[in-house]
Amino acid sequence: MTEKLIFEYSHPGRGATAQHPNTADAHGLPAKFLRTAAPLLPEVSELQAVRHFTRLSQLNFSIDTHFYPLGSCTMKYNPKACNQYALLPGFVNRHPLGAESHGQGFLACMFELQEMLKEVTGMQGVSLTPMAGAQGEFAGVAMIRAYHRARGDHERTEIIVPDAAHGTNPATATMCGCTVREIPSTPEGDVDIDALTAAVGPRTAGIMLTNPSTLGVFERRIGQVARIVHDAGGLLYYDGANLNAILGKVRPGDMGFDVIHMNLHKTFSTPHGGGGPGSGAVGVSARLLPFMPIPLVGRDGERYRWLTEKDLPQSIGRLSAFMGNAGVLLRAYIYMRMLGREGMPRVAEYATLNANYLLKRLVAAGFDAAYPNRRASHEFILTLKRQARTLNVTAMDFAKRLLDHGAHAPTTYFPLLVPECLLIEPTETEAKEDLDAFIEAMIAIQREAETAPDTLKNAPHTLPVRRLDDLRANKQLDLTWKPQAA
Amino acid sequence: MPFIPHTAADTRALLDAIGARRLDDLFEEIPAELRAKALTGIPDALNEMEIGRLMAERAAQDGRALSFIGAGAYEHHIPSAVWAIVTRGEFYSAYTPYQAEASQGTLQMIYEYQTMIASLTGLEVSNASLYDGASALAEAALMAVRANRKSKSARILVPCTVNPTYSRVARAIAGNQKLVFEQLPYCTAGGHTIVESLKRYEGQDITALVIQQPNFFGTLEDVDELTDWAHRQNALVIAVVNPTSLGILKAPGKWGGLGVDIACGEGQPLGVPLSSGGPYFGFMTTRMEHVRQMPGRIVGRTVDRDGKPGFTLTLQAREQHIRRGKATSNICTNQGLLMMAGTIYLALIGPAGLAQVASASVTRTHALVDALVSIKGVRTAFNRPRFHEAVLQLDRPAATVLSELAARDILGGYDLSEHFPELGSALLVCATETKTQSDIDAYARALGEVMKSARAA
Repeated sequence: MTEKLIFEYSHPGRGATAQHPNTADAHGLPAKFLRTAAPLLPEVSELQAVRHFTRLSQLNFSIDTHFYPLGSCTMKYNPKACNQYALLPGFVNRHPLGAESHGQGFLACMFELQEMLKEVTGMQGVSLTPMAGAQGEFAGVAMIRAYHRARGDHERTEIIVPDAAHGTNPATATMCGCTVREIPSTPEGDVDIDALTAAVGPRTAGIMLTNPSTLGVFERRIGQVARIVHDAGGLLYYDGANLNAILGKVRPGDMGFDVIHMNLHKTFSTPHGGGGPGSGAVGVSARLLPFMPIPLVGRDGERYRWLTEKDLPQSIGRLSAFMGNAGVLLRAYIYMRMLGREGMPRVAEYATLNANYLLKRLVAAGFDAAYPNRRASHEFILTLKRQARTLNVTAMDFAKRLLDHGAHAPTTYFPLLVPECLLIEPTETEAKEDLDAFIEAMIAIQREAETAPDTLKNAPHTLPVRRLDDLRANKQLDLTWKPQAA
Repeated sequence: MPFIPHTAADTRALLDAIGARRLDDLFEEIPAELRAKALTGIPDALNEMEIGRLMAERAAQDGRALSFIGAGAYEHHIPSAVWAIVTRGEFYSAYTPYQAEASQGTLQMIYEYQTMIASLTGLEVSNASLYDGASALAEAALMAVRANRKSKSARILVPCTVNPTYSRVARAIAGNQKLVFEQLPYCTAGGHTIVESLKRYEGQDITALVIQQPNFFGTLEDVDELTDWAHRQNALVIAVVNPTSLGILKAPGKWGGLGVDIACGEGQPLGVPLSSGGPYFGFMTTRMEHVRQMPGRIVGRTVDRDGKPGFTLTLQAREQHIRRGKATSNICTNQGLLMMAGTIYLALIGPAGLAQVASASVTRTHALVDALVSIKGVRTAFNRPRFHEAVLQLDRPAATVLSELAARDILGGYDLSEHFPELGSALLVCATETKTQSDIDAYARALGEVMKSARAA
């Protein structure tokens, strides 16, 4: 099944005219400002457009249609209520620069969201404005830099990053004008304490850690790590990518972190939307409060108001034209209110339960865990290096074959230090039957790898397209459609 | 348990398979002294009926004011089909199309988006979108520094007529990488940037000039002359454009003799609701020669093993998950859903419809300005052609006028006093195709009353 391009449905003079404004007056602008050729936009009827885009949607895997155990991405159910109530007319029609008198309902939600996020993370302040995890990371490292600068400590420009970190961590450090120092992990998946001790010093701005780490295990010596970094004058940054694993069980603030970003689209179930919008709220300890990105929402008595440059003169500034992905924040607010106090730790408990169940059963079926002596967090890593050696099938072959079984592939080849890895995160919203079906699929694929490896190598077989030629995509760049010359 | 399907029997079966007695045993590796206590600051759970009621009350509290504010976010009609399709679970609950075979819907939509935005801006290539217009300008400035190999200065000239928040955001995001943003003055009569005022920069090392069209005041800039001036200085040109305006205004790729090098802007006017400021999407396009310097995701068309056409993420060697500390940006996501809304909007509105929306916005703003300047104490600040915004100067304090209008459920514009104190009491007002003559009359009536009572007081 494939679908034509929208441009191939186009006929000159056709259009969804019910959508056009009634306008008789000419705009009267001078010709020097005007375009002379119409843009290449399709001319289609409303039904043609609706049918085309609906068909496109049917070419996708999604949480609503498939098990989606994509490690590190927390693909849990996105409750429909969160979307429906965030799209109430009062919210969607509100202009971002509208009077505070006409935004008290929205601002109340944002104020309460800040308070709830402070409570679940153990931080002293929260800013909701970063528009994605990577921008939250940027805000966090920029605050660390601003803190050192405000103390006249200009030499502290080095950010320590474990080798297991997300690629965004070193990229963020670079964007903040810092240099990156990478330290290794131990064979058990913990931070190498000796390497850390050797790395810290008067140039250390801070360390960026994910805990549980991207290796799917909890950093057991986090207290010691915090002491080493703090004693050296650095600050601790918590990458909240894996917050779902510990929600309500242990708080980053209590572990000694000075700043954290949260991926609201993971832990708080706002939509991933085919790659965004994300939302990367940041939380800070007391010493970073003056540097938070603006605007924040404050409360004077019964009235809510924006806090801006005037309230936080040392702020690292604004990261978006307004206040970030407000509509996403509303969805996270609704989700948190529906979970409530008791629902928070349940998220971590059942996400961890599902992950450990999958791990145990898959190991029993003959798969190799990357960290066999460790308790899995909300996700875990299998390594297929034995299959690669003995059967000549790769993690990518397994991933592609899983698509034929109706499961989205786990994350492949990340983290980079585990060879032939699958990073598997089932989330708490999957039922036992769905976990069991995944286990059965993995067992069937393993059997196939032994008996008919070509079936894996040529997978997928049942999707709209087979494996794509990425090399050609890179070399013969075809990034826009061009009309055929008539 | 909300959204958790486990029965008591399921939980028992899973724990038994793991060999754990209780759920809490699964957290044994977390040091006991760090364990969280009850989260007393989180309220009790609400069911869907209860949260629905609370949210309806909150949304109603924000009222349904008649708004004449623009300043970077614009009210336009959004076809019903746009959000009906965007919120389909297959789009809404999918992730980044890393598994291309299972994401052809999202990937093809991005390819169609890239085609439309590239054509709208008159340039060759587009990325899959960025966070918003302001951060897109920051990324464009960083990109210009990478792309302009003739320049070593990392100096970016930014006219004061560029959205002042965009300038601030660009500084906050790019300032840490030693970029220098220098402000250019504007003509107080026309509200635009004059080429002659750039004379003092001639012969200097300038990395890029930013030109916003229409500019923050709604005024049209002399984009051809400014573009040619910059290119004569070996500077690149970054255009910040309103996509609706491109239904009628000259595409940045055609500005001056050579066209701009990078175009970016806020995609919100294309089918994305105001929604208190987000989520929106930033767009960015450029010439093919700079494509490897562009940040963000890019989709390409290729073939599968059977030679059948298909779509995949491409040029990934620029990105953070491959290049880590040497990536073009730390950006990881795009604004997928919003980019989709923009694509569906453009498909429905078509070239004729977009031109009509743009034209109607111009004429409605004309009508608005005509109605408001007939009120005593109200005059226009600038005499140049404009798109769909205008600056009005009042002989009463803008803040007082706005709050009295708000008391009448009219949001009368954006107060310019913080960013442009030299204009005195000044409002930036906007009307689009959504404003009828009776809306405009209602505003004029209310403003007349407010100005009169403010004078009497």
